[in-house]
Amino acid sequence: MSATVRDRAAPRTGRPGPLWALPGVAFFALFAALPMVLVAYLSFTHWGGLGDPRFAGFDNWTRLAGDRLMHRAVGLSLLLTVASWAIQTPISLLLGVWSAGRQRGRAVVSALFFLPLLLSSAAVAIVWRALLDPNFGPLAWAGPFLGLGTVDLLGGSTSAFWVIVFVASWQFIPLHMLLYQGGARQIPETLYQAARIDGAGRLGMFWHITLPQLRNTMTTSSILMVVGSLTYFDTVLIMTGGGPGTDTTIVPYLMYRAGFRSWELGYASAIAFTLVVAATLIALVMVRLTGFGSMRSTREGI
Amino acid sequence: MTSPRTAAALAALTLLTVTACGGGGSSSGDEMHVWMYQDTLVVVQEGAVERFNADHADDGFQAVIDQVPGDNYVERLRTAMGSGEQPDVFFNWGSGSIAPYAEQGLLEPLDDLLAEDPEFADAFLPSVLESGKVDGVQYGIPLRGTQPVVLFYNRAVFEEVGVEPPETWEDVLSLVDDFTEAEVTPFALAGADPWTEQMWLQYLVDRIGGPDVFARIAEGDSEGWRDPAVLEAADMVVDLVDRGAFGDSYASVSYTEGGASTLLSEGRAAMHLMGSWEYSTHLDQAREFAENDLGYVEFPPIPGGTGDPANVVGNPTNYFSVSADGPHVEHALDFLRYTAQDEYVADMVANGEVPTTANAEEVLADSPNPEFATFQYELVRDAPHFQLSWDQALTPEVATPMVTEIEALFNGQRTPQEFVDALAAL
Repeated sequence: MSATVRDRAAPRTGRPGPLWALPGVAFFALFAALPMVLVAYLSFTHWGGLGDPRFAGFDNWTRLAGDRLMHRAVGLSLLLTVASWAIQTPISLLLGVWSAGRQRGRAVVSALFFLPLLLSSAAVAIVWRALLDPNFGPLAWAGPFLGLGTVDLLGGSTSAFWVIVFVASWQFIPLHMLLYQGGARQIPETLYQAARIDGAGRLGMFWHITLPQLRNTMTTSSILMVVGSLTYFDTVLIMTGGGPGTDTTIVPYLMYRAGFRSWELGYASAIAFTLVVAATLIALVMVRLTGFGSMRSTREGI
Repeated sequence: MTSPRTAAALAALTLLTVTACGGGGSSSGDEMHVWMYQDTLVVVQEGAVERFNADHADDGFQAVIDQVPGDNYVERLRTAMGSGEQPDVFFNWGSGSIAPYAEQGLLEPLDDLLAEDPEFADAFLPSVLESGKVDGVQYGIPLRGTQPVVLFYNRAVFEEVGVEPPETWEDVLSLVDDFTEAEVTPFALAGADPWTEQMWLQYLVDRIGGPDVFARIAEGDSEGWRDPAVLEAADMVVDLVDRGAFGDSYASVSYTEGGASTLLSEGRAAMHLMGSWEYSTHLDQAREFAENDLGYVEFPPIPGGTGDPANVVGNPTNYFSVSADGPHVEHALDFLRYTAQDEYVADMVANGEVPTTANAEEVLADSPNPEFATFQYELVRDAPHFQLSWDQALTPEVATPMVTEIEALFNGQRTPQEFVDALAAL
């Protein structure tokens, strides 16, 4: 009796049957799950891309644990992640909240801010490298003009790394600004009205209403930033090639170098697998810590 | 809604894959694919393909050249060789660059071809054929002109400063001071493409310790890097860097995008150690400079060095290799013979190349720059040893970290001793 009721009730909830998920699942299985399994397998082999992979046991993994280049790359990747987050979050939060206002001027300015996002990563990297060229770019005359002599940002150990951080921020702040803008526009006006009646100032309202209400947006944006930074690659490849020396060789670039320069695909797979596991774990931990996963509404009590 | 969109995405993806493969070329069907590194000199091979196709017009198949962009030629080739999409004939650098393929049995040995046809075998300079071998088996036939590394200089800048091109190492050091004083960078150096920095070490090590130092390393003995000649060469590099021989912004100068060459042709740098192809680069991008002001000399001897100062480094030439077990092996072997024909050699000379065939000397007068052509030919002919570029002589898993270490040495990120230790650990 109750079963029939449930059967009849099921379609009415509007939930599609599992069959609808099939294309998505098949796509994921073919282009994400299967390659990951293959990478896990390859990490236990020696393979140069020719002939059959030779089983290597834990060779690649012990080498990975003792590889100074890998330790350095992990450090650089973590620094890139933390720096990107610390720089991009405040700027995009403020820009996003500011651009959420309905004034026309703000709309025009935010459209301009948005432009870098429309360019492909490769184009962004090529343009910035040309701009920073010490011999043929604008810096070639600007440096001596400002009394700085030759400015070779991409050739310096520390400066090259911070150029990468800067270009990443320049490129991705617009995206996160957009997220925060959307988030800020979702905040019910009634909250601000109530606060105003209670005599709250602008800063107070930002601190006690806007920020808490943007908590979920912040989690989404942070996860995107962290995972994006951990897998950042194209800009490094085009702008510095991991150099000078190995000073911008972050983990994804090291993986590329091992795989497609040295043709040690087994070792590259071990790096890749480490990266996948680390990025997944970090994203999971972030979801847990922020309570994002429990999907508690920020509107409780309204 | 979902499935049509997925289908569309799948279709788009398939399309992408198909286009991506389309650039390469499989060895099936009635076409014999010849992969060439894309540059301005491919016209010579195109001529050979035309003659080959004319001779085989009735056989119902033809040869085609696939020009692969240079930036990722090596990656594309490796992927194709590993996935059963091998080109029938392909351009390469001989030696270490084809060793992994030879080990996997993917290449057709060419010893029989040379033995059956002594006239063909004798057409090439023996020292140049040598680098087409892997473990004593011939896998590559020379297809290009020779490319020794020489010291190019800007005549106008030398005149302005009132100095002569270097003949000894003392000359080099005093020129560094003269040009620094005149606010001209003494040597253009493309530090963003560290294989150009490698040329300095190759010459220094060879001049100081002779060819045996690297020969030991190339055989797989990484302790060979501890030879005192390597340390001395690294010391000299650091000395040059400290004297400002390369200016102060070489670390991000690119060669492939023309940065270093432009510095030389614009007179912002006085000299440039580079492969002989540098001449064609200037001819293409700064014709007036190439014709009037581009000078060239041999790399000077090093005091106390045991290496023969007549030795050269660079790329002896490029090679054609043939994929084993392809549907067109017989035709491919036949095609190789076209690289020794008179027409082919004449085409090379007309394009400014210096052929590595034994009869080249007679036709060099037809070169657009006979003086430079003869200079190169005699340099190579008289060299007791022609050292192939280190990164081509070694296998990629050693060459890649080696090139990075060289870059770090030039950037001052490694002391000479750390450099030697790092290489010995490879």
